Amino acid sequence: MNRTVSNRIDRRFAALKAQGRTALIPYITAGDPAPAHTVDFMHACVEAGADVIELGVPFSDPMADGPVIQKACERALKHGTRLQHVLEMVAEFRQRDDDTPVVLMGYLNPIERMGYDVFTRQAQASGVDGVLVVDMPPEEAGDNAALFAEHGLQSIFLLAPTTSDARAKAICEHGEGYLYYVSLKGVTGAATLDADAVGEQLAKLRRVTELPLCVGFGIRDGATAAAIGRVADGVIVGSALVGRIAERADDPASIPAALKSILGEMREALDREAAH
Amino acid sequence: MSRFHDLTQLPDARGHFGPYGGRFVSETLSFALEELETIYASLKDDPEFQAEFDRDLKHYVGRPSPLYHAERWSREIGGAQIWLKREDLNHTGAHKVNNTIGQALLAKKSGKPRVIAETGAGQHGVATATVAARLGLKCEIYMGAEDVERQKLNVYRMHLLGAKVVPVESGSRTLKDAMNEALRDWVTNVDDTFYIIGTVAGPHPYPMLVRDFSAIVGREARQQSLEQIGRLPDALVACVGGGSNAMGLFYPFVEDDDVIMYGVEAGGEGVATGRHAAPLTANAPRGVLHGNRTYLMSDEGGQVADTQSISAGLDYPGVGPEHALWKDVGRVRYVAADDNEVLAAFRELTLVEGIMPALESAHALAHAKKLAGEMSPDQHIVVNLSGRGDKDIHTVAKLDGIEF
Repeated sequence: MNRTVSNRIDRRFAALKAQGRTALIPYITAGDPAPAHTVDFMHACVEAGADVIELGVPFSDPMADGPVIQKACERALKHGTRLQHVLEMVAEFRQRDDDTPVVLMGYLNPIERMGYDVFTRQAQASGVDGVLVVDMPPEEAGDNAALFAEHGLQSIFLLAPTTSDARAKAICEHGEGYLYYVSLKGVTGAATLDADAVGEQLAKLRRVTELPLCVGFGIRDGATAAAIGRVADGVIVGSALVGRIAERADDPASIPAALKSILGEMREALDREAAH
Repeated sequence: MSRFHDLTQLPDARGHFGPYGGRFVSETLSFALEELETIYASLKDDPEFQAEFDRDLKHYVGRPSPLYHAERWSREIGGAQIWLKREDLNHTGAHKVNNTIGQALLAKKSGKPRVIAETGAGQHGVATATVAARLGLKCEIYMGAEDVERQKLNVYRMHLLGAKVVPVESGSRTLKDAMNEALRDWVTNVDDTFYIIGTVAGPHPYPMLVRDFSAIVGREARQQSLEQIGRLPDALVACVGGGSNAMGLFYPFVEDDDVIMYGVEAGGEGVATGRHAAPLTANAPRGVLHGNRTYLMSDEGGQVADTQSISAGLDYPGVGPEHALWKDVGRVRYVAADDNEVLAAFRELTLVEGIMPALESAHALAHAKKLAGEMSPDQHIVVNLSGRGDKDIHTVAKLDGIEF
C-alpha cells in the first residue's frame, strides 16, 4: 500500500508517538443538527485537543449504529445533508486547519451512488485523509482500496472482539492510517467496557501490525478514556458527543462549548495518564 | 446444454452473483456469518440433515403443495391454462415456512437458544414464531411500526405463538427498517442468537441458503408439471419483493431454456410515478444495502428511497442479488403490477376460483392474467400462489369502507 509520510494521519500518529501521547478522536455526524454548524464543531473539537476528526456521513440505514447516531443521521438528512455537502464542509474546514486529519466515516451506498472516481477525486481535493466505510470490509474493497490510495485516501478498517486471528491478520495487512478496534459486541452507543479485556486483545494485535490501534465504542468520559488510553494508541468518542449535540439541538450556539467541555476532560485525563 | 448452465454454479466462494451479492457488513458481523457459512457447508449435503428437512416439510408443513389447474379462471380469460402452485395451503399460510424450517434446523444444530427475524407482511414472522414454538426457541420479531399497524392479525398470531414483536419506529418504519434493527440485535447478541432472514437478500450466505431451502417449491412444481400437464410449462410467474418465492419457484427451472420466467414487482401507484417498490423494473441504480450489492432504489445522494406498495411483504427498496443478475443476463423478465391491478386480481381469483390470495401473490396473478390473454389455450402458465389472503382482509375491507 502507498503509505506516504505526507499523509496527515501518519504524520499525526508519528508526532503523538514521539510525545508519548494518546490520540483523541471525536466522531460527529456531519449536518447534525444542521449543516451550517458542522465546520464550527470541527474547529471546536480541535481546540479541545482532538488529534483526528471522524466525520460521519449521514445515511438512511445506519445498520451498525445505535439510536443516538441513528437520530443524528435523521436530523442531518432532514436538512438534506448529502455526501457532496460533507465534502464541501471538509474543504471549508481546511481553509483554517491544514493540519488535523479528517476521516470520513459512513456506509458504502452514498459513495457507490456518487461513483468511486468522482468521490476519490473530490475527497482528495477537499482535504479528506482517510475513509472508514463501515460496511466495506477489506475483502469487498477490491479495487476501491487501490483507487483510494491513489488519491491519498487511507483505508481505515474495523476490528472486532469476534474477529478471528486469520481475519485480523488479513485486515491488518490491508489497513492504513490506524485500525479502529470495536471494543464491544453491539452497535455504537452500547453499554459498558472492560479495559483489561481490550488490552489483551490489543496486545495480540500488536504482534501482527505496527499500525496505531484506536478503540471506539463505550468511551463516554475522562475515566473511560483514560482506562482505554492506558492500552490503546487512540480513543474514539462518538455517541457521547452526539448525545450532547442532540440535547442542545435547539440551541446550536451552545454546542461548541459543550463539545469542548467533554473533550477537554478526556484530553486532560489522557495526558495525565501518559505523564505517569 | 442450457445457455444458462453457469447460473447454477453461483454464488462464488465469496457470495457473489456476478457483480451482485457479497458480504458488505460491519466487521462486528463477520464472525457470525463465517460461523453460519461453516455450519451450512457441513450440513448442506448431509443426508441426515436433508432427511430431517424433508420429513418436517412433509409432516409439519404438509408438502407437497398441490399444483392446481384454475380451469374456470383460465376459461374466462380465454388464453393459456393457468396453474397455481398452492403455497397458500402450507402450514402458516405461505411459502415462507419452507425457509424457516430449514434455518430453524440450522439454529438447532448451532445450539443457539434464541432466534430473531424481520418481517414485512408478518408471514415470515409468523413462520419463524411457529418453528420457534415447535423447537422451544426464544423468539423476537422485528416489524416496522407501519406494518404492525396494517397487519394486526399477524402481530397477534405471533404473540399467541409466544414470540415478542418489536415495532420499529426508525426510518420509514417498514421492512427495511425492521431488517436494520434485526441486524443490530444480532451484532449485540451474536453468541446466543440465530438470525432467520426471510428472503434471498442479506449478506452471504443468506441469499444462497434461503434459495436452497425455498427451491422445494420449484422442484415440486417441475415434477407436477410433467405429471399433470405432461410437459414443462411455457411460463412461470411469481411476485418479487426480496424475491424468495420467485427464487424458490424459478431456480429448479433455470436450465429449462424454453420456460420463460416473469418476476412481478410491486408497482405501487405506478412505476412512472416513482411511488413503487420495483427496483428491477424501474432500472434502479446499483447500490449496497443489508450486506449485498443489488439494484437499489435510492436518491442521488445514495440515501435509500421510501417505497410504496399496498402489500407490506413487497415494500422493500432492494431485491435479492441473484435476481439482479438474472435480470442482467436475461434469464428472467421483471415487470410490475400496480396496486389497482393487484386488487382486481385479488377479488377476481376469490370470486372465480374460491381462493383468496395474499396481496403479494396477487401481483403474480395480475401479470399472469395479462400474459394468459396473449397466449393460446394449449399453452400453460404456472403461477406461484405464494400465500393466502386472510391477513389482507382488513386492508381490502378498509378500501371498501368497512371497519371491523
